[in-house]
Amino acid sequence: MERQVILNSRHFELTINRLCYQLIEIHNDFSNTVLIGLQPRGVNLVTRLKEQLESILEKEIVCGNLDITFYRDDFRRREMPLIPSATNIDFVIEGKNVVLVDDVLYTGRTIRSGLDALLAFGRPEKVELLTLIDRRFKRDLPIQADYVGKTVDTLVSERVSVEWEEIEGEDKVVLFTPEANG
Amino acid sequence: MYFLHQRQMDSLSVDHLIGIKDLTKNDIDLIFKTADAFKEVINRPIKKVPSLRDITIANLFFENSTRTRLSFELAEKRLSSDVVNFSAASSSVKKGETLIDTVNNILSMKVDMVVMRHPNPGAAKFLSERVNARVVNAGDGTHEHPTQALLDAYSIRERLGEVKGKKVVIVGDILHSRVALSNIYCLQKLGAEVMVCGPTTLIPKYIHELGVKVEHNLVKALEWCDVANMLRIQLERQDLKYFPSLREYSMQYGLTKEILDNLDHKIVVMHPGPINRGVEITSDVADSEQAIILQQVENGVAVRMAVIYLLASKIKRQ
Repeated sequence: MERQVILNSRHFELTINRLCYQLIEIHNDFSNTVLIGLQPRGVNLVTRLKEQLESILEKEIVCGNLDITFYRDDFRRREMPLIPSATNIDFVIEGKNVVLVDDVLYTGRTIRSGLDALLAFGRPEKVELLTLIDRRFKRDLPIQADYVGKTVDTLVSERVSVEWEEIEGEDKVVLFTPEANG
Repeated sequence: MYFLHQRQMDSLSVDHLIGIKDLTKNDIDLIFKTADAFKEVINRPIKKVPSLRDITIANLFFENSTRTRLSFELAEKRLSSDVVNFSAASSSVKKGETLIDTVNNILSMKVDMVVMRHPNPGAAKFLSERVNARVVNAGDGTHEHPTQALLDAYSIRERLGEVKGKKVVIVGDILHSRVALSNIYCLQKLGAEVMVCGPTTLIPKYIHELGVKVEHNLVKALEWCDVANMLRIQLERQDLKYFPSLREYSMQYGLTKEILDNLDHKIVVMHPGPINRGVEITSDVADSEQAIILQQVENGVAVRMAVIYLLASKIKRQ
């Protein structure tokens, strides 16, 4: 696998900052808006956005985590079952503007499951999607993000990994390309 | 290839849930971990996930049951599976049909999983070897009742943090109890110490070979334990007199508030139901804060969802 850093830690920070200001542009003071991170990796992004938004707006931002394991459409199509993570939504989403947050948008199937899972908690006023990386080719469903950190063009054989300081030791986004063999 | 960050977990080591005896500790941990997630689901406004939309489950109850049947049915419905119910009282079993014929007839209606309770020990295993469906044992005679043991251990884990190292006493009719046998296997696999307590006539002769302690004095047993699981006297299975009268049994082995309050530490009281109030446990104990009887029932749905979900994940579709 060939590694290529497509977002280093400095750009990572700038991108998160920009996403926060874009959110504020649309949602003003977040009085009727909540952020919901998709488990497992969208949660890190929500934590980062929350910190940044709170320091800009100087108020608490309501955030939750949503696990979509039981809503996936590929249940029983893979060898091993997936480990469910915790769902933590201790507020009412009825009538709220919900921003779904995930690290990478690719086929769109996770988001589809996420929408399904979200509706089990009530009827939001509006749902938007924020993603750090948009792999814009190979979308399987008509799903697009409202806020995008960076758009990348990738092959199906490639892999994009978002790494976090608190987990992997450094904020960065890496593109893995398999070695070409002739 | 579609890359996933989400970790994949091991599957269960078994294709059917016949008894706790066949499970590994990893299996039980996996069931508990999955049940944690389902417990959160059943406390949502919409208590349902679409995972098992294309699975059909038959509940075959050849013996009476309220709690277990309702619990299984709710678990199945909350996973979005289709459910058919069958009870022996209103069926062709009365017309002389054999078990295999009954089940094969039901399976030809394209059923993927069978949950069965049967009065004969070994019925679930017999079935699992002969039909093309996943089998979950919901109690086979005096043999095993695996989901009850799982939810009991799950409830202990929830109340006390973990099962390992805890001391659990099972009180009452051990001889006729499938709950007792499954509980012994389950608790031991999770690293708990188990004691059984009851009149000599209701304790199986060779029970010590399972590695459990035996105690005939209720107060001594309770002083030893962290958790007491009070079983019902199964009069329907007793073919001869094992003790002089229910009143005498109750005086010797009934758990009262007085006994509970006089212990030198607080114990957790469990009961698999149905309760005979005033026999094995008095009303004020059953309704006390130390009793987790209703939590057991709630956990039952989550644990059964986990078992069905994990077994169903092994059914492959094209």
